Amino acid sequence: MSEILRTENINKFFYEPDPFQVLTNITFRIQQGEFIALVGKSGSGKSTLLYLLSTLDTDYEGKIFIEGHAVTGLSQDSLAKFRNDHIGFVFQFHFLLPEFSALENVMMPALKLGKYKRNEIEERAFEQLKQMQMQDHARKLSSKLSGGQQQRVAIARALINEPAILMADEPTGNLDSANSEIVMEIFEDICKIKGKTIIMVTHDNDFAKRAFRILELVDGKLMI
Amino acid sequence: MSLSVNLSIARTHLLSRKKQSIVAMLGVTFGIAMFILMISFMKGVNQFLEDIMLSATPDIHIYNDVKTDYSYSIAGDYFRDSNTWTIVRHPKPKQINLNIKNPEAILADLKKDPLITAISPLLSTQVFYNYGPVQLNGYIDGVHINEEDRLYSLKDKMIAGSTQNLLTSSDGILIGSGLASKLNVALGDLVTLTTPIGTTMQFRVVGIFTIGIATIDNVKSYVNLSNVQQLLGQNSNYITDINIKLKDNEKATMESGNYLKKYGYKSDDWQTANSSVMASNLIRDVLTYVVSITLLVVAGFGIYNIMNMTIASKMKDIAILKAQGFARKDILQIFLTQSLIIGTMGALTGLLLGFALSYALSRVPFPANNSFVSLKYFPVIFRASYYAFGIFFGVMTTLVAGFMPSLRASRIDPVAILRG
Ligand SMILES: Nc1ncnc2c1ncn2[C@@H]1O[C@H](COP(=O)(O)OP(=O)(O)O)[C@@H](O)[C@H]1O
Ligand SMILES: [Mg+2]
Repeated sequence: MSEILRTENINKFFYEPDPFQVLTNITFRIQQGEFIALVGKSGSGKSTLLYLLSTLDTDYEGKIFIEGHAVTGLSQDSLAKFRNDHIGFVFQFHFLLPEFSALENVMMPALKLGKYKRNEIEERAFEQLKQMQMQDHARKLSSKLSGGQQQRVAIARALINEPAILMADEPTGNLDSANSEIVMEIFEDICKIKGKTIIMVTHDNDFAKRAFRILELVDGKLMI
Repeated sequence: MSLSVNLSIARTHLLSRKKQSIVAMLGVTFGIAMFILMISFMKGVNQFLEDIMLSATPDIHIYNDVKTDYSYSIAGDYFRDSNTWTIVRHPKPKQINLNIKNPEAILADLKKDPLITAISPLLSTQVFYNYGPVQLNGYIDGVHINEEDRLYSLKDKMIAGSTQNLLTSSDGILIGSGLASKLNVALGDLVTLTTPIGTTMQFRVVGIFTIGIATIDNVKSYVNLSNVQQLLGQNSNYITDINIKLKDNEKATMESGNYLKKYGYKSDDWQTANSSVMASNLIRDVLTYVVSITLLVVAGFGIYNIMNMTIASKMKDIAILKAQGFARKDILQIFLTQSLIIGTMGALTGLLLGFALSYALSRVPFPANNSFVSLKYFPVIFRASYYAFGIFFGVMTTLVAGFMPSLRASRIDPVAILRG
């Protein structure tokens, strides 16, 4: 098993409204194919850490390596490209673009990547939706879908560019238990069948236990 | 590839708020349409006035200017003594002749100039027109009528008789239309002219012309040059003015300077002679641009506002796009494209509307009594360069107006928004 993500001594501070350290000396490694649950009390810094790992937030001390690339210190534009290619992200509030259909939402990161032709991308996107049992809703406007459906479209979108890592910030946080279970099962499949690495923030202990490994944050420090 | 995604996002954004997009577009449409209408009309007015002016003003006018030099007096010669001040109160001007000396040599020399297409020597004098008890003040120009015709296309301006009649009669006169109606004369009638030096002569009306300017048509007549020389008791090479038409009247200023140096006579180009018309042309041009630019700035603010509103309502989308790997320049492109589309569509419809309005104006009869200006419809010029200018202005305005909001959109921090 090879290492896919590593952090070295990450410290992060917020200065507004009062200066305080949100993350302290975070150092860990994640191997390819692991399913990691990131847990901790509300306000312990889970989301903050995930935004750092996803390269969206670049304001921190320390180093992050993803698939052997040192992403720390790269320019905004190269990080955008890197994210597009290597990282899939699922948010708690299943953010889709409301004016586009489910299929178009899924296609968008692939169109941006430009690796395949448009009709191929459409096929692949449709395939992704099928795996989420969403093929019947492909042409619907994303704003017309239910919360659980939207979250499944968001997962399909996160996977369209075949990223090595999937990061999810409380993906079940806004869903009822039935939909939460569906999402969890999808995640387990992605990890087992496709061999993707998953880092999932959750505060649900039952779900956390289904992961390979649990990382726990307490007041911004990693508990071993 | 990424360009076409950005374009399709831009298009979707525009279509998802059609009303706002159309309102923003109409701002540009209106601005450009007004610009086209104003510039076509104002330039039309300028052109009309210039044409009228040129139909009464030669490209270059050479004449002997009255010089009244009072700095020298013979009294000074008489009392030549360094201790004496000589003061002459109220000196009178000397007897001066306003004619051009040695006109044959000057005319022969001018004929060699390749820039000149027509030369008309003339002798002008003030006269009283007598017809019965009516006595009107005015002037006559003694000319070679064919030369004068080459300058002003008089043939086209005859409303009765013809210029050729002047050549075949020894006492013919071509009379201004306003003057003719004041004197109540028609072809074949006799008018008596009295000059300032008291001489009198009878002429027969052989033609009536309308230049289109009341101040000329009410006072001016043409007769043969020899008749005026005879009236004034002068010999056959006595002339007061030389009028010149150039191939290219833009060269008039330069050429007139040359003539002044060469012949020593005052030489006015048409721009100088009509500086008030030129000044009002300039004012109309400035007005056109000021009004058009104001309208475009207003349209620009409209676009700026609407882009700001769009971006404010699309913060989440921008954050999502960035999280998925869209770079700053993609976001900039997405929003700049939207304002460019608004601008281009607005400018194009503006050109159409502007054309329609100018065309409509050019078909509206001009409400004036025809004695003052000879204008059937409002003067409008259709020129491709105005339309090119219009589209350039429109697109530039929207680019500038859309740039700041788009730049701000591209700099949005996605983390702040995704946190909720
Ligand atoms: N932009 C910010 N400015 C200041 N403080 C922040 C900001 N974002 C989060 N915080 C604070 O940082 C801490 C960690 O937040 P977060 O990572 O969202 O926690 P979690 O996801 O574990 O609930 C919290 O105390 C939160 O109030
Ligand atoms: Mg959180």
